[in-house]
Amino acid sequence: MMAFIFALAVGILTASGVWLLLRPRTFQVIIGLSLLSYAVNLFIFGMGRLRVGAPPVLENTEGVDPALYADPLPQALVLTAIVISFAMTALFLVVLLASRGLTGTDHVDGREDPQ
Amino acid sequence: MTGLADHLTVIPILLPLTSAAVMLLLDERRRAVKGGIGMATTVALLITSIVLLRLADMMPPGSGVRTYQLGNWPAPFGIVLVLDRLSALMLVLTSVLGIAALLYSLARWHRMGPRFHTIFQLQLMGLNGAFLTGDLFNLFVFFEVLLAASYGLVLHGDGVARVRAGLAYIAINLTGSFLFLIGASLVYGVTGTLNMADFAARIPTLAPGDASLVAAAAAILGTAFLMKAGAWPLNFWLPTTYAAASAPAAAIFAIMSKLGIYVILRLWTLVFGVEAGPLAGFGGDGLLVIGMLTIVFGTVGVLAAQSLPRLAGCSVLVSSGTLIAAIGTGGGAVIGSALFYLVTSTLGIAAFFLLIELIERMRDPGADVLAVTMEAYGEGDDDPEEVGIAIPATVALLGGSFIACALLLAGLPPLAGFIGKFGMMAAMLKTDGAAVRASAWMLIGLLTVSGLAILIAMTRTGISSFWARLDDSVPRVRVIEMAPVLCLLLLCLGLTVGGGPAMRYMEATTKALQTPQDYVTGVLNAPRVGSSDGEARP
Repeated sequence: MMAFIFALAVGILTASGVWLLLRPRTFQVIIGLSLLSYAVNLFIFGMGRLRVGAPPVLENTEGVDPALYADPLPQALVLTAIVISFAMTALFLVVLLASRGLTGTDHVDGREDPQ
Repeated sequence: MTGLADHLTVIPILLPLTSAAVMLLLDERRRAVKGGIGMATTVALLITSIVLLRLADMMPPGSGVRTYQLGNWPAPFGIVLVLDRLSALMLVLTSVLGIAALLYSLARWHRMGPRFHTIFQLQLMGLNGAFLTGDLFNLFVFFEVLLAASYGLVLHGDGVARVRAGLAYIAINLTGSFLFLIGASLVYGVTGTLNMADFAARIPTLAPGDASLVAAAAAILGTAFLMKAGAWPLNFWLPTTYAAASAPAAAIFAIMSKLGIYVILRLWTLVFGVEAGPLAGFGGDGLLVIGMLTIVFGTVGVLAAQSLPRLAGCSVLVSSGTLIAAIGTGGGAVIGSALFYLVTSTLGIAAFFLLIELIERMRDPGADVLAVTMEAYGEGDDDPEEVGIAIPATVALLGGSFIACALLLAGLPPLAGFIGKFGMMAAMLKTDGAAVRASAWMLIGLLTVSGLAILIAMTRTGISSFWARLDDSVPRVRVIEMAPVLCLLLLCLGLTVGGGPAMRYMEATTKALQTPQDYVTGVLNAPRVGSSDGEARP
């Protein structure tokens, strides 16, 4: 049941992210990218298998059954991925503002659709 | 055994990182100092990478690779840097392009925006790290470092065109990074490792159900790398971005698209070699088809290009497509010649990007975006009337370099572009009696047609630029702008003259790529430093 809800969450986040990514306004694109990054982070976390109540850090290394512990590596990877995607989003936001200032529109092409 | 020589492998990453950090502390107006530090670092990088190339070349066949264990943790658990012939070759190529682009930028471009030198060094650091690392997630981190730096370089010099192109470039690369992350974590979820050598070693022992998951992970990873290499249909951003970027940035980007090719070549030969069981050669046909479609798209783009930067951007696509298709055919001799082609086409495209700006100056001096940015960032000494020593016979030099670029990109003798292309065709036709495959014939046809198309397009623009000029204005070109172009072209000439030794190196590289078990055992069995005398360092 937990796996199902987890997969559903990743799927919904990805779907909304992709939909927003394909929208014409830069702000929608940036929200789409953020949602996608949440989905990806959850996915990485899920790759370490979903466990409840299993600590990731070994207390003492003698006579320990590693199967009782959660895999710490995906958690470390998620941490790195969060930091990187946060930085990239901030950078993208700056470019977005520069584009808005220079072109006078928030359309991704830098000009409005002729309608 | 903890001398400086052991730490040589990590120098190409640490050196630019340190100099970038130092330059951040310096005041933005001290450009001469920053330029000096940047140049010294890049020259030191070139020397280091040449030494590494010689070290890699001296390794006897079958002896594996040079590894560097970060933090002295052994291979599957710690992150390792791996030096072999292929990565050493790419390191040398990066630093050569780095020197050329940096020298060129010292004439004018480094004054056009803030923190150019810092970003440039970080770009070199990201590239070197990505070429050296032996760990999938570490590769992602270095990808992000070089991409973040490249966002800065794309936007360097400001202007609406750059911001507009940069917006699309950043969005697509962020999406590509997400694909990379999904692929890498899927690999970890299935095989329990992120080390490339360990990943390759675990492929033959996979359960059947897991094999399809690995195939899915490889396809997702491949999409991310192909996107960066500029493979059709995910390459519409590439010509626009490269054309909008400033000349030195575009020159260094010439190697960035080759990074995607490098990673595909590295991972594909390592993981899906002959020992991979049911997964052996996975996706080879896909690469071939995608490569051929990319060549077609690039060729049409070259013919349709209405400006020189766009033409150069589309020729990047042709070169990428050729390489992807050559990897897809999978033959050893084809890949050897493809590596030769990779080197010459990268040098040629970089020289072309640098040359274009000089030629454009001749066409309509001061009437483009450049002039606007020059005004915005004008420091008083940018007056076109006094850009320094103008060199004599400028037009003849520019024209000669243009012809050399055309020959190089089209793959005509006597320049080195010919050797790589001819070698690929010869290797595809040499099948030891068996019939030549239909796909090989198609690829040979495409290579010929794309060369012809580039020649036509270059001749057309060459005539309109050099022979049909309405006014007699001679462009002011400084020596340090012309020198990098000439050096890159002379290097290509040198590759023609020294074609024999260069080809021998490429063939040794290919042989090493085709025996991935040497790489795997070399990485996994590398001893920890100090373990031989029984004491582990903290």
